[in-house]
Amino acid sequence: MRTLRAFAEFVLGSLRIVRRGNLLYWAWIAFLLALIVRGVLAYATQLEQGLVATSMRDQVSWAFYIGNFTFLVGVAAAAVLLVIPAYVYHWKPIKEVVVLGECLAISAIAMCGLFVTVDVGRPDRLWHLVPGLGRLNVPNSLLAWDVVVVNGYFVLNLLIATYLLFALYLRKKPDPRFFTPLVLLSIPWAIGIHTVTAFLYNGLAARPFWNSAILAPRFLASAFCSGPAVLLVVMQLLRRFTRFEIQDAAIWKVAELMAYAMGVNLFLLGAEVFKEYYSSTEHLAHMQYMFTGLAGHAPIVPYMWTAVGCSLVAFLLFLVPRTRRSPLTLNLGCFLIWAGVYIEKGMGLIIPGLTPDTLGEIYEYFPSRNELWVSAGIFSIGFLLFTLMVKVATPILLGEFQASVRAEQSGTEASLKPT
Amino acid sequence: MSHGCDAGATSGLSRRDFLCALAGCAAAAAGSCADPTHTPFFRDHLKELTPEDKARLLRELEQEFSARYGKPVEVALDSPRPGVEFAYALDISRCVGCRRCVHACVAENNQSRDPEIQWIRVLEMDKEKGVDFAHADPYYEADTVPRPGHFYVPVACQHCRNAPCVKTCPVGATWQEPDGIVVIDYDWCIGCRCCMAACPYGARHFNWGEPEIPAEQLNPKTHYLGNRPRPKGVVEKCTFCIQRVRAGLYPACVEVCPVGARKFGDLRDPDGEIRYILEHKRVFVLKSELATLPRFYYFFGV
Amino acid sequence: MPASRRSWIARTSTLALGAGAAGWSALLVLAAACRDDLGLAMVVQAEASATSAEQTSNFQVPPPPFSAGVFPCTDCHDPEIPVNTNRRELKTAHQEIQLRHDEEHRWCLDCHDAANRDMLHLAGGALVPFEESYRLCGQCHGDKYRDWRAGVHGRRTGHWDGEKSYLLCVHCHNSHAPAFQPIEPMPAPTPPRRTP
Repeated sequence: MRTLRAFAEFVLGSLRIVRRGNLLYWAWIAFLLALIVRGVLAYATQLEQGLVATSMRDQVSWAFYIGNFTFLVGVAAAAVLLVIPAYVYHWKPIKEVVVLGECLAISAIAMCGLFVTVDVGRPDRLWHLVPGLGRLNVPNSLLAWDVVVVNGYFVLNLLIATYLLFALYLRKKPDPRFFTPLVLLSIPWAIGIHTVTAFLYNGLAARPFWNSAILAPRFLASAFCSGPAVLLVVMQLLRRFTRFEIQDAAIWKVAELMAYAMGVNLFLLGAEVFKEYYSSTEHLAHMQYMFTGLAGHAPIVPYMWTAVGCSLVAFLLFLVPRTRRSPLTLNLGCFLIWAGVYIEKGMGLIIPGLTPDTLGEIYEYFPSRNELWVSAGIFSIGFLLFTLMVKVATPILLGEFQASVRAEQSGTEASLKPT
Repeated sequence: MSHGCDAGATSGLSRRDFLCALAGCAAAAAGSCADPTHTPFFRDHLKELTPEDKARLLRELEQEFSARYGKPVEVALDSPRPGVEFAYALDISRCVGCRRCVHACVAENNQSRDPEIQWIRVLEMDKEKGVDFAHADPYYEADTVPRPGHFYVPVACQHCRNAPCVKTCPVGATWQEPDGIVVIDYDWCIGCRCCMAACPYGARHFNWGEPEIPAEQLNPKTHYLGNRPRPKGVVEKCTFCIQRVRAGLYPACVEVCPVGARKFGDLRDPDGEIRYILEHKRVFVLKSELATLPRFYYFFGV
Repeated sequence: MPASRRSWIARTSTLALGAGAAGWSALLVLAAACRDDLGLAMVVQAEASATSAEQTSNFQVPPPPFSAGVFPCTDCHDPEIPVNTNRRELKTAHQEIQLRHDEEHRWCLDCHDAANRDMLHLAGGALVPFEESYRLCGQCHGDKYRDWRAGVHGRRTGHWDGEKSYLLCVHCHNSHAPAFQPIEPMPAPTPPRRTP
């Protein structure tokens, strides 16, 4: 009961914190809210007209929404890149900032859920996926598995982050018997969510571009090299604008790990390119559509080469210690790596997988204005969630937002050890 | 209108009853309860409905469609005949690419005219290249067909025995019936389009917008899993004219083909056309390397 | 019955049968030799029906698609008038018929019976009515005839689970120029358009 009251105070206190901010903060919030409103309006149009408001058609039946979904699942999985050094190798410099990774994961999964919701033709029937209420086709359907693992990951991260922050708020150390297993569980689970998402694609024999055994490793490599980029930027911002002390070592280590992941990602990309171009079967058509255009159709070619360029440059910037350590090149690298992987995994995976279609037809998909507004709205929701969570987490981590002494003195559960 | 909220199930509390009680059917759902233009929001999967539930479902749909199109519409749910297994054979030495099958199918199966949906796609191919999807063209225009140097391969749902679409549906909205027809429950489909990604034959089509059928062109004899009018946001495809074949008739495409290129029948009938074709003609299937085991055979009659 | 009466009946019957058979054969020979219309059609047809046992028609077909006024042929073709069986280009009637059906080796009277204009005839001379013209087509096009009997050649309508319904070959194929001509296709599908 006392814990419940303390939690209520925690929530109320958090709400008070997010209402405090400087001009820059409020400008950012206003910007996000404006995009969210615009996105909601665009979605209302889509609900009324149907998915014809997007540019998806039978020939390219998954596109921008699912591309964003795929990218964001990777971002969510990448939170584990902080967890491993912190909890497996007990590397202190990172341990303090692990919760930020979890907050990112929560925001990313929320966006994933929203992208799927706006993509399905009948969002009013999503409850059909709930086992017990509807019918979930496990073990056969990979999408059904994806629903299970992604929602599970969301709950897991929500549990971990809330528990950790609430415990710190109460000036308690999290109980390792409860907390550590959860955190360690999040590692294979993170790998799991992205593997299942990859399997969703590579299990489809009808789509030879996706039906490749290395799709799952590629997904993981590209996730690990791009997801933490946001965290690197946020950590630097926190260091600059708050009293948060984040060691350079932490930032550089994350950047170094990202470099290795990008190396693997580029290698796997090279392996795919070799296989398609050397064997030169009919399946080469998909890669040609990406990189050189096919039969006069080349709408995504410039984007693909941009992605490759960004990824290569970012790889080098993160690999070379000097550029990794210099803030300018580090942040440039963050931006480039995010852009490169976003394009490659979003548009560069879904569109070529479906173009040409199974009967050889080429439909030049490009997102409609409505699709872009809806997507911008969803990204804004995610960024808003992340902003608010970091806004609350930072004072907690700094010890500035804690339970009142009265709450502490009135006793707490025996299981929480006092700091 | 009495909605499925009355706990009429004698076999105990069904999911629907529980949910209705929980949600306070009289409150928020009262709108959809009283509104005859919507099927009950909370219902179980078709395979779990009792015969009474199914009868009520069909009646509600009939009321809805009859009201919408201004003429009596019949929605049946004929069961498969025991011991029957359908198969199809298409003679690509005879198909001339006239597309009469495409339009007969559209008329029989109540496909949306705008946005345009066509379950059959006739691909024009080059004689010199043979069956080659990468260079096929469904948009050919000609004064007359067949055009010299080309042949035609119509493609629709192959009703695969090892259907990748059935495997991949997350809610079990599509399945293969005992008589071999792969069906979709349009009222259970969530429109995720996994099945469309999984289908190697481009046979599945999505209702991107609200389907439009002029009332005078609507075929009022429908089957719940076949040609009943579909809602927006769900997937649809060829059902072997389930409303016809379960009544012993041929599919519309078979009957309309002016050159007799299309054959259909019971695979288990030793005197049937399909067994004769398998015995005397050489058949092949599309994309056999994917091991989908289609029930749709292509052959060369001449 | 007294024995003498029985033997009388037996003797007379045998004589009558023998005479009949002899006369019949003579008529056949005569008919075959002259190919003249001597009103023997009915006789020959009965013979033909008896010999082509396996072709008895159990194929219910719609009536043959005659052009208006052309049948029965005997309305114009007087059985009494001798037929010119020499191959030639027809000038006074039926000129609109373009023969494109092995015309190098065949002409009208290879299918149409000269003696009985309301019938067709098989290669051996047996007569077939127009309602059974598939038997004639099947003589040369045996593989298609076999397929047609199984329901595999030709347009299929009706019930897959019941009696097959058949069409005559000539319901789809013009017997004088059977090859299908190219036809106008129905409209192509609309290519997908991007939403801006």
